[in-house]
Amino acid sequence: MKKFIVNRLAQMLIVFITVSIFSFSIIYFSPGDPLYLYTSPAKSSYKMTDEQMDAMREELGLNGNVIERYLNWAGNMLKGDWGMSVSNHQPVKDQIMDKLPNTIGLMGAALVLSVLAAIPLGLLAGYYKNRWIDNIISGISYLGISLPAFWFGIMMIIVFSLHLGLFPSAGMRTVGVTSAADVIRHAILPVIVLSVNNTAVFVRYIRSNTIEQMEEEYVTTAVSKGVPRVQVMKNHVLKNCLLPIITMVGMNFGTLITGSFIVESVFGWPGLGTLCMSAVNSRDYTMIMGITMLACTVLLIGNFLADVLYGFADPRIKQGKEKSNG
Amino acid sequence: MENLLEVKNLSVTFRTLQGEIQAVRDVSFDIKKGSVTAIVGESGCGKSVTSKSIMGLVKTPGFLSEESKILFQGENIQEYTQAQWEDYRGQKCSICFQDALTALNPTMTIGKQIMEKILVHKKVSKKQAWDEAVEVLARVGIPNPELRMKQYPHEFSGGMRQRVMIGIAVTLNPALLIADEPTTALDVTVQADILDMMKEIQKEHHMSIILITHDLGIVANFATDIIVMYAGKIVERGSAYDIFYRPAHPYTKALLRAVPRLDMEDEELETIEGAPPNMANPPKGCPFAARCKMRCDICETAFPEEICVGEGHEVCCWIREEEQ
Amino acid sequence: MDKKAMKKVFLSNKMAVVCTILVLLIVLAAILAPLSPYDPDASNVAEKMQGISSKHLLGTDDIGRDTLTRTIYGGRVSLIVGFASMCVAVIVGTFIGTISGYMGGMVDVILMRIVDIFMSVPSLLFIIAIYAFLPRNMFSLVGMLAFFSWTKVARVVRAQTLTLKERDFIIAAKSLGVSRGTIIRTHIIPNLMPQIIVSASLSIANAILDESALSFLGYGVQLPMASWGSMLQTAQKFILHNPIMAVAPGVMILATVLCFNVLGDILQQILDPKLIK
Repeated sequence: MKKFIVNRLAQMLIVFITVSIFSFSIIYFSPGDPLYLYTSPAKSSYKMTDEQMDAMREELGLNGNVIERYLNWAGNMLKGDWGMSVSNHQPVKDQIMDKLPNTIGLMGAALVLSVLAAIPLGLLAGYYKNRWIDNIISGISYLGISLPAFWFGIMMIIVFSLHLGLFPSAGMRTVGVTSAADVIRHAILPVIVLSVNNTAVFVRYIRSNTIEQMEEEYVTTAVSKGVPRVQVMKNHVLKNCLLPIITMVGMNFGTLITGSFIVESVFGWPGLGTLCMSAVNSRDYTMIMGITMLACTVLLIGNFLADVLYGFADPRIKQGKEKSNG
Repeated sequence: MENLLEVKNLSVTFRTLQGEIQAVRDVSFDIKKGSVTAIVGESGCGKSVTSKSIMGLVKTPGFLSEESKILFQGENIQEYTQAQWEDYRGQKCSICFQDALTALNPTMTIGKQIMEKILVHKKVSKKQAWDEAVEVLARVGIPNPELRMKQYPHEFSGGMRQRVMIGIAVTLNPALLIADEPTTALDVTVQADILDMMKEIQKEHHMSIILITHDLGIVANFATDIIVMYAGKIVERGSAYDIFYRPAHPYTKALLRAVPRLDMEDEELETIEGAPPNMANPPKGCPFAARCKMRCDICETAFPEEICVGEGHEVCCWIREEEQ
Repeated sequence: MDKKAMKKVFLSNKMAVVCTILVLLIVLAAILAPLSPYDPDASNVAEKMQGISSKHLLGTDDIGRDTLTRTIYGGRVSLIVGFASMCVAVIVGTFIGTISGYMGGMVDVILMRIVDIFMSVPSLLFIIAIYAFLPRNMFSLVGMLAFFSWTKVARVVRAQTLTLKERDFIIAAKSLGVSRGTIIRTHIIPNLMPQIIVSASLSIANAILDESALSFLGYGVQLPMASWGSMLQTAQKFILHNPIMAVAPGVMILATVLCFNVLGDILQQILDPKLIK
């Protein structure tokens, strides 16, 4: 188990470094001057002198060759200095940390909702394979997978906010109200919209897993021992088909992150997504890098935790054996 | 001797995308109390499906025909309710599978898997079930049973796993044990040990055993009766002595010639040329005709009736002994 | 299973037939878009923000453009982007997947590590980030979508190549001294076709979904050109006054993506040897 964790950590580090080089170089090599905000007549009303520009480049760490700049940037990142935002000269880290809890909260709630809804639905569909109940659940999960989240969000706003007036259509708080209940009321629609896609993916996964497990020979063994059907499901199928959910949650962290960015922009939720959009629009590259790296970190930690948890739950891995199915 | 199990006109069909596969075609046989019957044949001949039918484990898309009847101690198991099935499986009739690695739950300790069976059928406390399970492991010759109880299947060697599998099957001493290729996946020496162990348990409890195998070699010292199946049909049946010393069907003879013997010196082992027929569209006549060295015209047009060639020794073949 | 039997099974599946017909209809509509009496991009302020009427079946938008016409034209963009990025992804994925699977060894390890890295980044976020620095046109859009989606194809293709590699006819070809390139081209890739078609179908679905999300966020095709996603971006501003504007493009995305997903899945089920047993 120790070896397994060390292995995973090493792998994670490689991915992390590659991602950082990758995103850094794309931004480095891409055309367009990060200072264009200050030079473009369309965006800025005042013109800076060349000296002022040079001073600014120095301050933002834009001088030197690519390796120097990367190492400089990476070193600062690790030290916790994520640089200044190009557009508003505030520390990137503070702005990100300010919004991070909002996004994490949204993602966490959606993830919990997805898993809670997907487990019973997936098990039911798998157990009653090709019966009407499976056809309904599978049909809905197909819809869920193909549904563009942002459009679903708009539809929810039209129905539940504009027509029925049940929930607010945007933001996280009503101005002047600070209660938790108010935040929850604002969060209901975004959380539902964000969870739909993942729920559908999970349902399909659990369904096919259930079907697969029920065809395993050890289930036949259990039946041939005379174990009642419900008990076979509970003791044998359930555990082995819920175990991989841990991995699946880890694997779907990426879609959850991008999904939350989209949902945030539909519902005007003040999180990382909204911050990222405005950063992209103003080519605030320090901010973009900060958010990208943070998102990757969250994703990698999620993957890592999922793998380790899975390792603890499955006796075959816990005792140092390889997973039989890779 | 009294019949424990009577299988009458058993036909099993699998409805697949490629058409209806007739895995078992109108098979009838009896199992006497305390007998060891081997069902022998190549893979795909319907022997495993027959055993699964007896356990009620044939799953869709497989279906038993309406004429099929399986009588266990005189009761038609086709008419069992769910509760009766649960009572029958494991306690009266039990099965152990070929590959213990896939047949045992990888995420459950061996102990729990044995105790599960005991707790389902008997009203005993967990402690009592634990003790009984330890006894089961000791009975099938597993050293340190107390310790082994807490281990998972992957921590056992192949032979030990198969012992556990058999142990689970013989827990509660069922009247009938079906062993589906119990030693195929094992080394020859381990095979012999396990067969000896099964023999002992069988004698001790006067159990009936159906031994499903493709290997005539392993049944020689064990089986009392042998049924030879080919392409979903029984082609020959008789006592072990009859089959080994007076085989009547060309297929049985070919099978026997394919078994290695100690007294063989320079002879080469024979193989049976060709492959069994496609069961989605089985031939009208004798299914073995295409591979048979003695075939004549009638073999390809009509299936031979079963004829008696000795007491309790029957064969389905157009060719008579004298002619052979 | 041979191709004929597969075709028969496919045609006997009602869902498969319905989805195929729907996809064909959507494609046909996109091709025949110029038959519409309205110009998709010309504004007509006199008729702005209209509801459903016999003149404008789905109403008009904020500057008086016919929503139905724009939706049909939008389909052109979405389908072209989806199809083009699928093609790139499938070609690159097949190339890398077969090489990785067939060569094995270090090549395989390195290529698969790269695939792992791609799979573990939030792709849409990366696309948006990169987009800030790329010229915003259809080429870079297709390129970006393909860049982050070839890995799925590569994985499937590699796994299949690994099993094919051990088959007798490949070993026979190898022992006859046929070169690697020729074996891959003439023996492996033709036998991968079914899996490639499945990946292609799922890949189109994903590309259309991602394109619409990007366009919705404002990073897709540029105005006045319409795609379903960018139409929804406009529609979102007017949901209070004219909610009907938001319905049609969304339904079209849903229907198209759904069809490709279902088709891909049905094909996969037909190919799954477990079902034939």
